[in-house]
Amino acid sequence: MSDVSYVRTEMLPEKAPPVGQQGLIKWFRENMFSSIPNSILSILAIWAIYAVLSHILPWVFQSSWNASSLTECRANIVAEYGEGATGACWAVVNERFPQLIYGFYPQELRWRLDLAFVGMLVALAPVLFDKLPKKMLWFTAVYPFLAFWLLWGGSIWLPVSIIAGFVLGVVAFKVIGKMFGSLAGMVSVAFVPIIWWLLFAGGAADIAQSIIPLSIQSVPSSQFGGLSLSIIIGVTGIAFSLPIGIVLALGRQSDLMIVKVLCVGFIEFIRGVPLITLLFVASTLLNYFMPPGTNFDIILRVIIMVTLFSAAYMAEVIRGGLAALPKGQYEGADSLGLDFWQATRLVIMPQALKISIPNIVSSFIGLFKDTTLVSIIGLLDPLGLSTNIRADQNWNGIIWELYGFVAVMFFIFCFSMSRYSMYLERKLQTGH
Amino acid sequence: MSATAEPEKGGFRLSQLIYDTRYRSMTIQIIALIGFLLSVGWLIRNAGQNLAELGKPLGFGFLTEQAGYDINQRLIEYNSQMTHGRAAVIGLLNTLLVAFLGCITATVIGVSIGVLRLSKNWIVSRLMTLYIEMFRNVPVLLWIIITMAIFIEVFPQPRDFRGEDAIATMKLFDSIAITNRGILIPALAYGPGIVLVFITFVLSLIGIVFFRRYAKKLQEETGKILPSGLISTGIFFVPTLVVFFAATMINLNKEHVVFGAKTLTLNADNSISADSGIRFCDTGGAGNVNAKNLMRANGIKFKSVPSYDLADSLTRMSSGNTRTGCDIATVPSGTALPEGLFVSEGISLYSGRPIELEKPYLSGFNFTDGVLMRNSLIALWFALSLYTAAFIAETVRSGIQAVSKGQTEAAGALGLRPGRITSLVVLPQALRVIIPPMISQYLNLTKNSSLAIAVGYMDITGTLGGITLNQTGREMESLIILMAIYLAISLTISTIMNQYNERVKLRER
Amino acid sequence: MKKSVFIGTLAAVSVTAGMAAASTLDDVKAAGELKCGVSTGLVGFAAADANGVYHGFDVAVCRAVAAAVLGDGDKVKFVPTTGKTRFTALASGEVDMLARNTTWTFSRDVDLKFEFIGVNYYDGQGFMVPKALGVASAKDLDGATVCIQTGTTTELNLADYFRSNNISYEPVPIETNAEGQAQYLSGACDVYTTDASGLAATRATFEKPDDHVVLPEIISKEPLGPLVRHGDNQWGDIIRWTLNALITAEELGVTSANIDKMSMEAGNNPEINRLLGTEGDLGGMLGLDKEWAKRAVAQSGNYGEIFDSNIGEGSPVGIARGLNASWTDGGLLYTPPFR
Repeated sequence: MSDVSYVRTEMLPEKAPPVGQQGLIKWFRENMFSSIPNSILSILAIWAIYAVLSHILPWVFQSSWNASSLTECRANIVAEYGEGATGACWAVVNERFPQLIYGFYPQELRWRLDLAFVGMLVALAPVLFDKLPKKMLWFTAVYPFLAFWLLWGGSIWLPVSIIAGFVLGVVAFKVIGKMFGSLAGMVSVAFVPIIWWLLFAGGAADIAQSIIPLSIQSVPSSQFGGLSLSIIIGVTGIAFSLPIGIVLALGRQSDLMIVKVLCVGFIEFIRGVPLITLLFVASTLLNYFMPPGTNFDIILRVIIMVTLFSAAYMAEVIRGGLAALPKGQYEGADSLGLDFWQATRLVIMPQALKISIPNIVSSFIGLFKDTTLVSIIGLLDPLGLSTNIRADQNWNGIIWELYGFVAVMFFIFCFSMSRYSMYLERKLQTGH
Repeated sequence: MSATAEPEKGGFRLSQLIYDTRYRSMTIQIIALIGFLLSVGWLIRNAGQNLAELGKPLGFGFLTEQAGYDINQRLIEYNSQMTHGRAAVIGLLNTLLVAFLGCITATVIGVSIGVLRLSKNWIVSRLMTLYIEMFRNVPVLLWIIITMAIFIEVFPQPRDFRGEDAIATMKLFDSIAITNRGILIPALAYGPGIVLVFITFVLSLIGIVFFRRYAKKLQEETGKILPSGLISTGIFFVPTLVVFFAATMINLNKEHVVFGAKTLTLNADNSISADSGIRFCDTGGAGNVNAKNLMRANGIKFKSVPSYDLADSLTRMSSGNTRTGCDIATVPSGTALPEGLFVSEGISLYSGRPIELEKPYLSGFNFTDGVLMRNSLIALWFALSLYTAAFIAETVRSGIQAVSKGQTEAAGALGLRPGRITSLVVLPQALRVIIPPMISQYLNLTKNSSLAIAVGYMDITGTLGGITLNQTGREMESLIILMAIYLAISLTISTIMNQYNERVKLRER
Repeated sequence: MKKSVFIGTLAAVSVTAGMAAASTLDDVKAAGELKCGVSTGLVGFAAADANGVYHGFDVAVCRAVAAAVLGDGDKVKFVPTTGKTRFTALASGEVDMLARNTTWTFSRDVDLKFEFIGVNYYDGQGFMVPKALGVASAKDLDGATVCIQTGTTTELNLADYFRSNNISYEPVPIETNAEGQAQYLSGACDVYTTDASGLAATRATFEKPDDHVVLPEIISKEPLGPLVRHGDNQWGDIIRWTLNALITAEELGVTSANIDKMSMEAGNNPEINRLLGTEGDLGGMLGLDKEWAKRAVAQSGNYGEIFDSNIGEGSPVGIARGLNASWTDGGLLYTPPFR
């Protein structure tokens, strides 16, 4: 009749995609078996994972947690899993766990280490998360002295008199700066506190102590050890190296030739030698450079060398921050009529430091890992303690459990810090 | 006060040193310099005083004293009778060796992992991420110790290779032995014709360079692209192999004979026997290898005594020393021999191919012959490479990601194939981002090699900064030299690499 | 006492007073503790337990000195030192005495300016090999791989011994005893060489000690003893005579069990009386009180008791007295009389 044309008036129902194009299979095809080389890679990867896990997992879980010696441990495992079974002897970690964390710090005083650690987190919080109230920075400023007092104990007046040096410095800056100009102010900041510390601080602390005795039991450095020692060395190193690093970075960028040469020389020297040689200097030489008769203990010497070491790296990190700052900031500060120190203090440094935080965190991770080197000069960090524990008659011959535990401990710390620094980097990326 | 009431023209007032910007910087610098010199002087004075009190004034004479200790890995001649200075040099060479090997492998592993991490393959990229995080977040010292422990605990000891029902066997046609003391690989022994083979090889290398230039010129002029990779490979292998086989054929006519104060005896059943405890002058070379193989095949127990050449062997034969002397040696047949020495009758040896492999052989406590790569070297090398590779991988990844996607797309629009896009567009640009951090990774690896003492690898820290320091008690001098050496190495590496960086850097116009 | 504070901040931590002129004894008394350098860990000689308390043969000497000087054997600060750091630690005053297995040699005594105050253990360098190797003498070790601890005299002895005997060997330097043990047990070296006491101690901790033998050759003399800095003779005397008191106490039959009874009143043996302070005033001559030796012996017993409980045959280490027996039993321990 009429022309027969077929026009579909309703939509067909959606068909299910072919089997190969949906669900898990599709995912596998796209992500693991998209081409022949890819498939080979995937199979190799799966095989590698299997090979490693099949060796490690039984060992990890076929284990004994409660034993007082390696022989007892082995007997336990054989009793539980049958003749010839081998497994991890986590009992050593179980028994020595407090030691691996706190070292030989007196048991009844370990809360002080805990408190210092919590305090450190609180002190760091306002630096790391900018949503917190700025008032907390005051705690951050006081914290190092508080921590020092908590860790080593003794009279509280010593840290207080050291703080007094800083306060005097600020006062001197305000007063002398007003009277003789900002340069004189800067000079007085450098000299007044040093004079105070050298000549008066010790005496003032003694006097204050005799008037109002306020002290807690002191703990000698030789009782520090384990993970807490690593953290102490790492954190102190980074904290002290920050101001030195800032000075070095400014010095390196300075137009003053001699200052620049000195700074570059120092930075390149420290960066050119391995940390272990500096630690050898700490353990064998540092006392030679002091006036005859002075003697500091090894942990302090190590902290000094570690600080110098990380200051050189810190200087480079901050130099990077300074370089990343747009030129307009420098010019803007100049156009406001700020002099060099004002510009640096009020405009440049706050911004440069902020963009440097991710790199500071990474250099802290590096330093924290490097604290294991102190085991080579006989300090009892987790690695050094492992050697010591293996010298105990009960645990002689144990290898993997201790190394494994120490590795996991470091991994947890460093990994979480590196994640944090990545988060920060993303947050600071405001460019695009 | 009155004098300063009026400014004097051209006059100079002391206060200008602080308030006049022209002089102020000078003042600050001079004060800084004086402060620096004063503190350095103070430190040196203290050190001098302290050292004098201990009765050991600064002096480097100990470097010429006898060291007295042995070093297992030595790239140049050394024994315990030599000086501390020599021991330090041995250590330095070992440091450089492990740093060099480490940098190469770290680059290879790091680049592969960095690229694989960007792979679309889910499991592979996850695995690579795991690798990177695992190595970056655990101290390198721990990795070195763990690698060494794995090496020692997992691989078989030489004893396990012994006997009928040996637990372990040698790999790759009995040429490689993997033990927990190290990995033994065959050594190269040279026979007649090696000079010819070597010259051919060098010539083909030069040929490749010329071919590449020609190919480039051809492409620029005509646009024709030669399969240069294939042809280069051909030039690399073919001429050398041809000469090698030709020399082998010619060598079939050449023979070595065994001679010496003692002889090997050919028995009626074609087997060979000799006095027990015979000492063999090992001058190296393919003929020697065949002689040793012959003796071993016949179950003759002998001891190899290294010797430089024929003249040296003859002196050793006449010396009669039980340690350095020897009894028999090999020479090409027809060589004139002094009187009183006998040639073993009826025994002649094939002089060997231009290059023979000298396989490791288990005798006594250890494998002999072959090249031993010690466990300490391998553990340190591997741990440093794997650790540094994790950092390099991150560098490579960020370098590749830094190349804007537009570049790849534009290259695609020009009609380039994916392989060429990578090699001609992406990599050259990524390289500029990658190289500066790579330099610092190389420096780190070199400096980390000082952790060798944890596994007993005798690098410069182990010899000069370790045993020498201990035995002589010269901490100050040893550490000064040690630091100076590391500083020199670091500065050299960074200078070289920075120059390279200058070359590949983007020229800004 | 002249107190020089070095840059205030650091002062507090531990910059101790610089006193070039004052005596070590006064320092120790003022500080209320003895700083004693020990090894970083050697089974039976010095190792810390789970509570951080040090035990061992060398440790006991430190405790005896602390008991004699300060009246309390627990007032010791143990400073772990490595082969590399031990001499610097002593020279710089970081420790007051070094009680670590340190061999008394000419150059250490004369050149490095230390004073060895006696011998508390007569040792010698030996070799341990697995029985399976079938080695009966060190002269059979041609071509062997030998594990040695670095930073000690052993590596020099070893080089000398093998060279003079025309034997070749491959040295494997190791940092710590634990590491050497791991390498030896897994067969990465054929031979482990160190002081015979160390070998015995190490062997004792093996799963199957009987599979290993210590070879008969002792290739060196290794008199081990505590040492102090040159120049402070009073301090040297105190440690020397404390050690002698421990040895003499064993010789005279004074033990930690009977010492209280013996020191109640003067007995028949005048030397015991002089030792325990019930007769004469030997302590006063040293600058100590009368009962110094009594406290030293009471702390962890006489030499024999210390030996037995830490490294003797009753302990897991299981070393026989051998040369370290009293001269009355055919050993080398022979002290000058207390008179």
